[in-house]
Parts: sequence; C-alpha cells; structure tokens
Amino acid sequence: MSIIELNDVHKSFVKAREAVEVLMGIDLRVEAGDFVALMGPSGSGKTTLLNIIGGLDGATAGEVVVAERNLDQLSNRDLARWRAATIGFIFQFYNLLPVLNAQRNVELPLLLTKLSAKQRRRNAQTALSIVGLDDRAGHKPGELSGGQQQRVAIARAIVADPPILVCDEPTGDLDRENAEQILDLLQILNRDHGKTVMMVTHDPKAADHAKRILHLDKGKLVREMAA
Amino acid sequence: MSNFGLLMANLHRHPVRTYLTLLSVLVAFLLFGLLRTLAVWFGSGPAEGASVDRLVVAAKYSIVDMLPISQMNVIQGVDGVEAVTHQSWFGGNYQDARSFFPKFPVAPRSYFEMFPEFTIDPAELEAFERTRTGAVVPEGMLTEFGWSVGDKVPIEADIWPMADGNRIWEFDLVGTYTTDVEAQGGVFLFHYDFFEEARSFAKGTVGWYTVRIEDPDRAPEVANAIDSLFENSMNPTKTATEDEFGKSFAAQIGDLGLMATGILSAVFFTVLLLTANTMTQALRERIPELAVLKTLGFGNPRVGWLVLGESVLLCVAGGVMGIGLAALLAPAATAFLPQFGPSALAFTWQTAATGVGVAVVLGVVVGTVPAMSAGRLSIAEALRRS
Repeated sequence: MSIIELNDVHKSFVKAREAVEVLMGIDLRVEAGDFVALMGPSGSGKTTLLNIIGGLDGATAGEVVVAERNLDQLSNRDLARWRAATIGFIFQFYNLLPVLNAQRNVELPLLLTKLSAKQRRRNAQTALSIVGLDDRAGHKPGELSGGQQQRVAIARAIVADPPILVCDEPTGDLDRENAEQILDLLQILNRDHGKTVMMVTHDPKAADHAKRILHLDKGKLVREMAA
Repeated sequence: MSNFGLLMANLHRHPVRTYLTLLSVLVAFLLFGLLRTLAVWFGSGPAEGASVDRLVVAAKYSIVDMLPISQMNVIQGVDGVEAVTHQSWFGGNYQDARSFFPKFPVAPRSYFEMFPEFTIDPAELEAFERTRTGAVVPEGMLTEFGWSVGDKVPIEADIWPMADGNRIWEFDLVGTYTTDVEAQGGVFLFHYDFFEEARSFAKGTVGWYTVRIEDPDRAPEVANAIDSLFENSMNPTKTATEDEFGKSFAAQIGDLGLMATGILSAVFFTVLLLTANTMTQALRERIPELAVLKTLGFGNPRVGWLVLGESVLLCVAGGVMGIGLAALLAPAATAFLPQFGPSALAFTWQTAATGVGVAVVLGVVVGTVPAMSAGRLSIAEALRRS
C-alpha cells in the first residue's frame, strides 16, 4: 500500500498579479519503506512538491494522501499534529535553533508529546547516538561543523519516530565526505529502521543512494528510473 | 527541556538587548512602586504617630512663612484648646548634606508634654530646659554619629545665620530621648530660646504650632476657631490635624497624585514602545526558526503563545524586580518624611499586586501583535525567505 499518494496535484502561486503554475498534474505513488530521490533543474517545483507531501503547503487542486490521511481535509491544528507524528524534516541549511544545544534541539519535537522530561531526554540521547553525536549533546549549533549540524537535524527528524523523512537538499551545503556520511545515514534509516525517505537533490551521486529517482521539469514528472 | 526552557533560551539570544530592555522595565516599575507608595500615603488615614487630638497651626499660604510667637497665647485661649507648643524648621548640616537629619528649635517642657510618645529622663529634660545651648537627640543618633552626652555638636546653618554672621551653631548635648514611632525618631531638638536670641532675622517668630485639644470630635470646630482669630491679621493661619498637615506640606510641591500619574503614563508609554520594538525585532530575526517549529508540529496557537510568553516573562521579570526594589527603598525614603510631617511611607501588598498586574498587561499589550504575526506565519513562505 502506498504511504504517499498524489493524484493530479496542481500548485500555483500569484506573483506580480499573475498566476504562476508550479506543479501541473502530478501523479505519484511511494510505497512504505521506499527511498525516493527527486531531481530536476531549479524552479522545476521539487521543493514545492516536497512541501505539499510534508503538509507545509497545500495543493491548489488534486488529492494528497499521506500516511492514510487526505491532507486537504485536515484543519491547521490537525495538520500540525499530523506533521509532528508522521514527518521528519531535514533541510539544506539544517535549521537548528542556535540558542539550544544539540540535545535540546533534538528534544524539541518531543515537547509536543506527553513524555516525561526524563523520557524526552533519554529519547533525544538515543537519537543522537544513532547519528553518532552523543558526545556532542551539549554543543550549540555554532560549535559544530556543517556535517555534525546536519546529523543533529537528522536526529531531530527521527526522535519522534515518524514513518516518513522529507529531505530538501540535505547534502547541498556539505563537502563530499560529509555528504556521503549523511547519505549513508539516510540509507541506514531507510534500510534498518524502515523510514520512507523523500529526498530532493541536485546531486546525481546523492540520488544514487535512493531506490528510485524521479525527474521533475517545469512542474511535471518527466521521468522515473530505478537507481 | 520544557516550554519554559525554550522561552528562556530565546530571551538569552541577545543577552545585552534583553537585559537593557529588562532594565528599562525595572526602572519603570521602580518608579511605579515609589510613586504609588507616595499616592497611597496621600490617600491614607492618620499615619503612624499622627495623633487625633493634636492640630497643627501653620501659616495659611506657605509653610515657609513664619508665625509670630504672640499668637501662641491667643491660641491657648481658644475654647477647647488644652495645650500649645511650637516648632520651627532649622535646616542646616552636620558635617555634610549627606548626613541630613531634621533639626527643630523647641520649648523643651511644653514640647515633651505635647508629645508623650517621646520619652525623656526628667533629669535630662531639666538639663535641657536649663541649658540655653542644650540639645537632645534620639538614642540612635548617638550611635550613628559617635556622639556622647556632654559633647558639643556643630551645625552649619543654611537658612539661619547667627546675628554676628557666624553660620556655625554649636550645641551642647544634654540628653537623649526615645520613641516607638519610627517616622518621628530622627529629630535633633534644641532650645528655642537660644535660637531666638542668636538668629539674625525673623525674631519673635516660630514655624508652626502644635495644639492639643480636649475633644478630638471638636477638631474641625477648634481649627475653624483658631483660623478665624487670625483671618484678617498679617499672619493668617491654616489649622489641620497632624496627618493632614504632613500631607498638605508635601502637596505644596503640587498635585503629587496627578504628577505621579503623568510621570507613570509617560514612562510606561516609553517602555511600551521600547519593549514592543524589541519584541518585533526579535520576531523578525526568528521568522525562519518559528517556521521550523511549525514544521516540527508546533501549531499556530502554540507558536503565538511562545512569543507572547516571552513578552510577558520579560515584563513580569522586570516588573517584579522593580517592585521589589521599590519595596526595599520605600522604607528608606521614610527617613526624609519627618520634615514634612508625621506619616511614614509604607509599601503595601496592594501596590505590589497592582504592579504585577500592570506588568502582565504590559507584556500582553507588547506581545500580542508579534504573537499574532507569529501564529499567522506561513511555513512555506517563511522557509522560502530563509
């Protein structure tokens, strides 16, 4: 059964009083446990598609069903709860809160749960150990390298155990060595922990880590190939 | 980490900015605490030490005007008057202005008979009466200045030079007195006869009279009778109870209640603008972070509450510190009150509660617009901008 199902999805923005159609009739199915790389030139609509799948933005038309929920039918409040339980986000520029150390950044999503403070702390430590950063728990983002920050971001994404990881250029700001480590980590999370991974990337080498590669151009899925 | 921890961490993002804002809120609430305390003092009933059977007769138009001592006998003859004594404001400094304490020339025996709350050893009172340069002080003043009975105490006059032009008045300490009334405990009393003889001008005058009446219920009637006696003279009087006298003295500065309200309004308006600017700036800097919180599942109301919470926390913290400081300083300010009258400044729980309430309201007013903006923030749009 598909964990992500998009039927004839359209998305348009109004820019300078003109409607700009970014996505035009996207049909997509992603099975649970899949690792999908989404490629395409700048402006092709990759990030917009990822935002729609992650419930950060709504489709203008069409149907978006993720983890058995039709996102168009969810209220803002329900959508926020759904995101907290279902999606782990990983961004190109990590988007960690600079005022919090690694441990606290990872604990953030758990503030929305009913876990005790002790349990939250323990889960965050476990997530940090999965990404190999348990010895950096007390460091703030400014004290970590780019690769380490991205690993903290991954720990934050998985700490609430969501079934889907949505990654927007997760290696776009990293050197090759750190990028490989991050991609290996995503592969482990996909293979060993059963996470479904949707990853936007420009980098063909990064896309090679996925099981499927989708090409998007001018708002349409133009090609699909197995990695 | 908790939601509160997240609030605190955000407030520490720019510590200098946060602490400066906190300081401005603190100062505003310190002023609030002190001015409210003053306003409460004005609106209160008879204060500690203010007797209901004593009236104060002062010059009608200004306490600075002196009254002829010849009025004393006339007042003594008014129906309902039991006893009369007089006091005058001497001013002057011992060593320097920082060690200020009030100094009154008085008629020793009638003064201590008028104020039974002041206790003096009969032998020392006799010595005080007998010694024209004599002075008596509260016991605490001996310790404070390292004096002993028998010492000579020089006071430099600022209002009253001696007839020979000398500004240094030298007094002989002949005794001490005690009192349980804190607000009245710091007055240096010396012999009126010496003052009258040695001063260079305004001879035959006193600052004000204190009158003990037979029946406190007749206070308005006796006060009117005294004032009507001098109504058409060169020295009209205004007679009031001790408590009213103290307050009317301070009121000569102006309508302190209105002034306090005006000052506080200006201060709070400034603090409101300052804090609102800080919060708006803080919000603008953190738009991407707030968007990230939303991606993690923080709902719009929760993000709004977090922003509002920061504003309220900042204002309440500053408010509580300012109010606390005012509570500490208000009793110290009481030391300056005996020159005005008998009442003591008292910081009340009502003032504290009002202050905290105002702080919460200030925080809510300042934080509402940024909180609503944060709540309405579009995640995709904010992430695009970042």
